[in-house]
Amino acid sequence: MVRKAKARFCRRTETRHTGCRPRPPMTRRLKVLAIHLALIMSILSIAIPVIYAIIGSTQTTAEAYRYPPKLTPGNALFDNFRKAWNLGLGRMLGNTFLVATGVVIGKVFLSVLAGFAFVYFRFPGKDLIFFLVLVTLMFPLEVRIVSLFDLMQRLQLGNTYYALMLPFMASATGTFLFRQHFRSIPRELVDAARVDGAGPLRFLFQILLPISWNTVGALAAVMFVYAWNQYLWPLLVITTKDKQMIQVGLKMALQAEAGELDWGMAMAATLMSILPPLFVFFLLQEQFMRGFSLGTEK
Amino acid sequence: MYKNKLLPYLLLLPALTVLILFLYYPQVEVFILSLHRVALLGVRKVFVGFANYQKIFSSPKYYHSLEITLIFVAAVVLIGLAVSLGLAVLANQKIRGARFYRTALIWPYALSPAAAGTVWFFLFTPVAGLVNYVLDSTIGIRPDWFGDKVLALALVTGAAIWKNLGYNVIFYLAALQNVPKELLEAAQVDGAGAFRRFWKVTFPLLGPTTFFLLTMNMIYAFFETFPIIDIMTRGGPGEATNTLIYNLYRDAFRFFKTGVASAQSVILFLFVLILTFLQFRTVERRVHYGA
Repeated sequence: MVRKAKARFCRRTETRHTGCRPRPPMTRRLKVLAIHLALIMSILSIAIPVIYAIIGSTQTTAEAYRYPPKLTPGNALFDNFRKAWNLGLGRMLGNTFLVATGVVIGKVFLSVLAGFAFVYFRFPGKDLIFFLVLVTLMFPLEVRIVSLFDLMQRLQLGNTYYALMLPFMASATGTFLFRQHFRSIPRELVDAARVDGAGPLRFLFQILLPISWNTVGALAAVMFVYAWNQYLWPLLVITTKDKQMIQVGLKMALQAEAGELDWGMAMAATLMSILPPLFVFFLLQEQFMRGFSLGTEK
Repeated sequence: MYKNKLLPYLLLLPALTVLILFLYYPQVEVFILSLHRVALLGVRKVFVGFANYQKIFSSPKYYHSLEITLIFVAAVVLIGLAVSLGLAVLANQKIRGARFYRTALIWPYALSPAAAGTVWFFLFTPVAGLVNYVLDSTIGIRPDWFGDKVLALALVTGAAIWKNLGYNVIFYLAALQNVPKELLEAAQVDGAGAFRRFWKVTFPLLGPTTFFLLTMNMIYAFFETFPIIDIMTRGGPGEATNTLIYNLYRDAFRFFKTGVASAQSVILFLFVLILTFLQFRTVERRVHYGA
């Protein structure tokens, strides 16, 4: 919230009738100063690991192993990015983008359909099915990872993008989110559509969806970051470098070569991996807030 | 309401197919696997009843893993929530640049646990790291973060807390903005100081959010911190950071003990089930509050 610019503070000799604002007492001003200081300190401490990683990404291996460490940026940034790229991380960025986009599209589509069914239809078994969907909200993949891995091998889906995308396609969060959203839309809209002779699918795609882009954006933003940051599942199910995801690439970048870890390259790899989700986050910050406040995220 | 008979089922079919095939079916199968001794990558299965569970509960290694996991989870959840609440209260003050401060506090949410692991690894690494350099030049100590058992656990705990701060601050900020101003003003008129106003008015109103974050952070600490541990310590030194999820991963995919690993999955599943149950009960309460 941006506060409107107010009149200047009163000078010591003035009274407030001249249109100025009364001077806040000294304690209040000290308090505000203390809050600013505390916030700046907090922001800095939160950012230090990433700032140090950025500095690290600009240094050569020799510079990284100097003691005391060099705390100013070096000139090897481009070189480190090139090394990380050549290690296969460029390809992995592409893979991750493809998989995350696929997961987001699939999730949004399936959630819209399911949410629509729950709000605009009456049918036997509705409550049971809703329960079956909702109860999955909090079940992390890890508690069935052994048998899911097994299943992927039997379906001949080991080491494929399908294995990375399919298990994430259904979303309790998304279904819940769209159910809430559709419920908030006035009944008159569907009644009017029916009077005009629009069937359910036409109503969904031509009337409902065009006024729901905010909710779609909210879900897409949260889910993109979630899919982008997957680590354990691709680590297990993908066995060749050319199909691997970027997060596992970080682990590869940290593997020491001849006993010496290439910190500059590893930090360049880390920056490569965090820039796309950070970009999405800053671009869609409002949608993130909405996505969080509407549904209980998982 | 539309009245088609078949269409609602067709609309739900894709989501249900995915849920049944990739969620419900494997969840049942992992339970069945936990009752078997599995050899040769699933080719041969022998029914052994609850032998896998007996094996787990008679293993000191598992109890050790359980113990450090509980310490780890408690620290991540309690310290994480306390710090986040403090940051959210600070960022909720009416001051210039509040928007900037909020963004600057919550951006780590977008980072992956793996990236959190790599940057903390670099920060604490013995030669190149900033932390040991600062400690060495100020008070002359250079702790062995990755060789000392207690320090290693503290280190992954710190990284795990740091990574989830943004997520928690987002929720606390939203909840703080929903605290009715009239209540706080009424308390002020009654002579309650800022501290009392916070503990007696604001904090109780944050209850549902705190409980929600408590469960989400527990799930996070139990499961989603795997990459941090895999990148920074791989469960070591010794078994010092071998949390339950890391132990499960090693048993299943390093030592190929499918049956025992499945039994561990079922134990974790039961734990999540209890949490889910508690969570749903508060969701209902939240409806009562009309929030």
